[in-house]
Amino acid sequence: MDLISEERLSGMNPVEKVRFIIDEVKKDKVLVLEKGLTPDEEANLIEMTMTKIQPDGFSGIEMESYPAQSGNSIINKLFNKGGHRTRLTIIGPANQLKTLKKDRDLITTLLSSKE
Amino acid sequence: MSPIKLFKNNFRDFFKKLFKKKKNARIGIYGPPNAGKTTLANRILRDWTGDAMGPVSHIEHETRSARRREGVTIKTNGHSIGLDVIDTPGLATKIDFHNFMDYEMEEDEAKRRAKEATEGVIEAVKWLDDLDGIILVMDATQDPFTQVNVTVIGNMEARKLPLLIVSNKVDMPEASPNTIMNAFPQHPMVSISALEGNNIDTLYQEIAKTFG
Repeated sequence: MDLISEERLSGMNPVEKVRFIIDEVKKDKVLVLEKGLTPDEEANLIEMTMTKIQPDGFSGIEMESYPAQSGNSIINKLFNKGGHRTRLTIIGPANQLKTLKKDRDLITTLLSSKE
Repeated sequence: MSPIKLFKNNFRDFFKKLFKKKKNARIGIYGPPNAGKTTLANRILRDWTGDAMGPVSHIEHETRSARRREGVTIKTNGHSIGLDVIDTPGLATKIDFHNFMDYEMEEDEAKRRAKEATEGVIEAVKWLDDLDGIILVMDATQDPFTQVNVTVIGNMEARKLPLLIVSNKVDMPEASPNTIMNAFPQHPMVSISALEGNNIDTLYQEIAKTFG
């Protein structure tokens, strides 16, 4: 399992981030992203995951993040910024990471060795 | 292009824009597999156009390519709203063909269905860029905090597009629409049974309010 700091991902553009995550997960790594992904990056990750799925091989990812927090500060409203604060996210191979329970502020997962 | 021709074209475009009919709101029906998206799309189309969107099944990923129906007019409380309705394939982060074999499918058929399902998910994600709003269908008997729901809601909030949550399958005894309401209180929600038609008039009122 790799715990990826915010700084490690912030130097990558969105495509690089998604490629990095898929490449690592395909090597059977589970990643915990300190800062998570934007909703758009999550959608791109789902899309790219689908292109990598192979019968009897990679069957996809398990991804769990908390709902993004929107910033309601005056600055955000003034400048019409979405102010979305992305949050900690865990991503791993679907055959090794299983979500047992998830709610607004708790994610419980089961991590197993490769089947 | 000659100045006269340019003037004529500009003149024509100006009048086209002036008298153009109001565009229909392009609304995508999203959600995880088996939440009842196509059942809801069929209900809306049967009520307002008299036909249906597509077949439904208890097997996941029955809808594997997006279906579009343009010009659906919903009339409620003296108002009417024109919609282009897009029924999208169920979103998922994983697809394993072995799961389809549990429904007594042959291996080849299961693999083909899995492949088509992955293409369907890609199509559903691509549609996110081309919508005016979303009806997010959740199964009220299931945990609402799925990654698919979180990702779809996050995308709509980031794009500042309207979102209506439909808490479906409330005819089932184990349904808990309050769990969904408590999970995403920042968005409007309607509890319905798309299959049985429970509370469907309230849904149409909410559609007109949210997307009108």
